[in-house]
Amino acid sequence: MALGDTDHVLDYPIPSPAALEPPAEWAELRQGCPVAHVRLPSGDRASLLTRYDDVKQVLSDPRFTRNLDAPDAARISANESGGVFNSGLGNALPEEYHQQWRRMVGKWFTAKRMTALRPGIEAMAERLIDEMVADGAPADLKSALGFPLPVWVICDMLGVPESDRDKFAYWSNTLLSLTRYTQAEIDAAQAEFAAYMSAHIAATRADPGDDLISELIAAAVDAGHVMPDEALLATSQGLLVAGHETTANMIGKMVGMLLADRTRWEALLADPTLVRTAVEEALRADANPGFGIPRYITEDAEVGGAVIPRGTTVVCNLAAANRDEHAFADADGLDLARTPNAHLAFGAGAHSCLGQSLARTELQAVLDVLLRRLPTLELAVPATGLARVDGLVVGGLQELPVRW
Amino acid sequence: MKVSVDEDKCCGAGSCVLAAPDVFDQRDEDGVVVLLDPEPAEHLHAAVREAADVCPAAAILLGDRA
Repeated sequence: MALGDTDHVLDYPIPSPAALEPPAEWAELRQGCPVAHVRLPSGDRASLLTRYDDVKQVLSDPRFTRNLDAPDAARISANESGGVFNSGLGNALPEEYHQQWRRMVGKWFTAKRMTALRPGIEAMAERLIDEMVADGAPADLKSALGFPLPVWVICDMLGVPESDRDKFAYWSNTLLSLTRYTQAEIDAAQAEFAAYMSAHIAATRADPGDDLISELIAAAVDAGHVMPDEALLATSQGLLVAGHETTANMIGKMVGMLLADRTRWEALLADPTLVRTAVEEALRADANPGFGIPRYITEDAEVGGAVIPRGTTVVCNLAAANRDEHAFADADGLDLARTPNAHLAFGAGAHSCLGQSLARTELQAVLDVLLRRLPTLELAVPATGLARVDGLVVGGLQELPVRW
Repeated sequence: MKVSVDEDKCCGAGSCVLAAPDVFDQRDEDGVVVLLDPEPAEHLHAAVREAADVCPAAAILLGDRA
């Protein structure tokens, strides 16, 4: 059956034959079936959007809600809890509180603050690269650099000591599972994280520092109320879940894309001022960012010329939208100088990624330091030998073997 | 070029500040956009257009009025 048939139901996510390339179905769907019927890992049905304009419209339209716990909303995964999208902490704050919360946390993610954080992030990258070099080539850049760096940054922001960084990495990995961990393992990780953070929050209340938790507590006091532990816990978990695996995997995929065709790496060595636009282009071209963004609609709405009935769960495939030829010239190519680059890797609208300036800063810092420290960096396996991680909400490479 | 911003729509992503730091800033207390220059000089126009294009909340409006 052709993809455009209305009775044809695709299994989603759609597997891809190559680690850094998109499945061929995306282009066919954009072309012929912009609102496609798909079956999610849970077995529930949803509508998949793959065109740039449609994805951007839905993400910017508050009628498409994040209330995935509605009785007739599709469950994403087969786990009992439905993983992070169906968990209590992943649930939507009411819109009127969302903006309040976002602006309170937002002060931690301004471009100015990121500029101030950057030397510290570069120093962490230097340290991790020193260790990788000391262990000798070949090395797995993902486990040596990509994976630890963002969790170090988040732990620092939360005021968590260096000795507990490994625990955070494990919790983050487990909480984002779609299929890789059992429900019992996910529940245990959730409980351990909550217990750890509750103790950490209590200690921070008693002895505040200059971290995010301390500032949120102080800001609430200034406003004449008490910041509940649940809100601090939810914020911490949100930062960990949203900010660790995403950036960790993106470091691996970005370096992988740049080394897969080494003329790209050489172009950056020749002109390091391209780092900023190269990071944006890697974000746009990422063919394996993960599941996408689900939304649930409570009234009929028109998208891409079709009416989407109320009660539908819609999945926005950001990566397919980012390769839409109607939005980007030579959308399947990698243009390291592309400007402007209004990609949707961080979503769009009022819920677009809060930490996007942090992610950009980390990616730019890592790339700058790698170009400076390891100009001879190259893949230690053919690009066709790279393999994807499956079973997680966030997509990535299993490992990125490199030498220098 | 005449620039205006919609503070209510702003989601504090900071991409405008990265693209055009001479024209946009963010409030320290909540990250909401601050327009530094509503009528930027010609050499800044490309950067301002980029900022408007990449704003995830479409909170930057450009007009032609000089």
